Amino acid sequence: MEVGLSHFLVVSTALFSLGIYGVVTRKNAVMVLMGIELILNAANINFIAFSRYGNFGLNGQAIALFVIVLAAAEAAIALAIVLNIYKTYNHVNVDEIEDLKE
Amino acid sequence: MDLNGLYESIALIKPEIVISLTLLAIVLFDLILSNSKKLLPFIAATGLAVTLVIQIIELSTTGYAFSPQNATLFYGMLSVDSFGAFFKVIILVSSLLIVYFSAVTDEIKQSFDRLGEYYTLIFGMILGMMFMTSAIDLILIYLSIELLSLSSYVLAGFTKIRQRNNEASLKYIIYGAVSSGMMLFGISLIYGMAGSTNLVELNNFIQSGSINLVTFSIALILIFAGFGFKISVAPFHFWTPDVYEGAPISITAFLSVASKAAGFAVLIRFIRVGFVSYVDSDGFWRLSEVFDWQALLVIISILTMTLGNFSALWQDNLKRMLAYSSIAHAGYMLLGLAVLSNQGAFAILVYFSFYLIMNIGAFFVVMLIANKLGSENIDDYNGLGLKSPFLGVALGLFLVSLTGLPPTAGFIGKLYLFIALVDAKMIIVAVIALLNTVVSLYYYIRVLKKMYLSNPTEDTPEIKTSAMNTIFILILAVPTLVFGLYFAPVVDFAKMCISFFGV
Repeated sequence: MEVGLSHFLVVSTALFSLGIYGVVTRKNAVMVLMGIELILNAANINFIAFSRYGNFGLNGQAIALFVIVLAAAEAAIALAIVLNIYKTYNHVNVDEIEDLKE
Repeated sequence: MDLNGLYESIALIKPEIVISLTLLAIVLFDLILSNSKKLLPFIAATGLAVTLVIQIIELSTTGYAFSPQNATLFYGMLSVDSFGAFFKVIILVSSLLIVYFSAVTDEIKQSFDRLGEYYTLIFGMILGMMFMTSAIDLILIYLSIELLSLSSYVLAGFTKIRQRNNEASLKYIIYGAVSSGMMLFGISLIYGMAGSTNLVELNNFIQSGSINLVTFSIALILIFAGFGFKISVAPFHFWTPDVYEGAPISITAFLSVASKAAGFAVLIRFIRVGFVSYVDSDGFWRLSEVFDWQALLVIISILTMTLGNFSALWQDNLKRMLAYSSIAHAGYMLLGLAVLSNQGAFAILVYFSFYLIMNIGAFFVVMLIANKLGSENIDDYNGLGLKSPFLGVALGLFLVSLTGLPPTAGFIGKLYLFIALVDAKMIIVAVIALLNTVVSLYYYIRVLKKMYLSNPTEDTPEIKTSAMNTIFILILAVPTLVFGLYFAPVVDFAKMCISFFGV
């Protein structure tokens, strides 16, 4: 069986759905961030697969590189913020951090 | 490589270059002369003033920057035109105001040793916003939104004086990262279908037909999540009240004006460049029949303003109330886009220029009071208007203007919006917006009632405003009143600025 575009799309859609599922259900802030990483990487797979099978040149792969750098920056900032949360609350459970409620 | 094209492109982005240079200057200054941090606001203000002057000189410059070579169509990464220039002016003016705002905010003063980082991040935000206003490539749109977001995530939790700062930035980054991730996934689907991330090519592709409409609509809704998060419309608004309440107040004011302006600019351009097949003689945009933008935008804007106004009714914290009020204002402005006409876009421009002064003004007065009281709770405002008449009158004026009552600038902004709606025969929508304005009257006037009709208690402070602060408030309050009566200059300026380049 030849591996084609649709195989990649199935993988990326599964990753995207898993990412959303993780963000919605997980309580630990670090796990939520991992869900976000899954979403970004699902998009990356799409970009690379489309650029390979669609003959769109190398644009898609260049975009994937941008996204990888951005994901790293975002993870760095997010983890720093989570560390701060840990210092103030002694836990990183996103459901219990709710001082700002009406 | 074609260096001539590169030089021409660089000539088109002079304001952005000056902002980047100022950012570098601030970083270096903070590193080398770390003992004279007092000068940092002056460097920031100088950089912004220079950029503003350049931007005003370049107001009518048009052109595509960073065009690909050997392409069949003529396009670029950026489309520099007067529409983007208008929003850049709004962003720069509000940044200038925010630099002074930050310099007198107690919360920021207490983090004096980290002032260098503060201004660096502010300039990161400004740079992101400047690129957002003229980007016409989906990837550049995504990158500039992220540049704006990453800086603002940090700034939302900058002061760390209270627990709520941390919570604000955590909520902001989680909501922000998810919505921008969804946006990126949508962009990847568009790229797969159109073969390009450029909006001009996307428009070309849409008009050629042969689209899988289901996938295309899903991709567009995912992309809209990213824009919706930035302009905080329902159902992507959940972060707004928490972040606005938890962030330092100068950042709250900045987010509610400049970041929202950039979000609107990029959304308007996205629809205008990507989907409009032609503009008819009355200025209405005729969209390619692939996606019903009008229905989506009308539903979302009605939902947004209703939710914003009704949630604001029970807020006791003024910052939180202004957050919901800014959600409601995003709803009104989105109606201007939902009209899908030049008239509607023009109404948004007018609305934004007035929203800028009245919203920053309201936040500034709330900040001055919070500096004294240490809280923004409405119960502390008992009889405040009687003890500190100047602040009371100023806050009253800004709130009346936010409601949209004559003779203030807010009224003119709403008037043009309603004219655009009526012109497009969207009477029912206009009536709903009008009823919403009536609802909003309650929570704005409630503050006035507390300030003037309750008797002052012993705790009610008498707040003295320094000469500089008085001048700053007057700079914002006088236009709020004057533009309500004599608005021709702003309207003419906005009219001059609704031309889009290329399409």
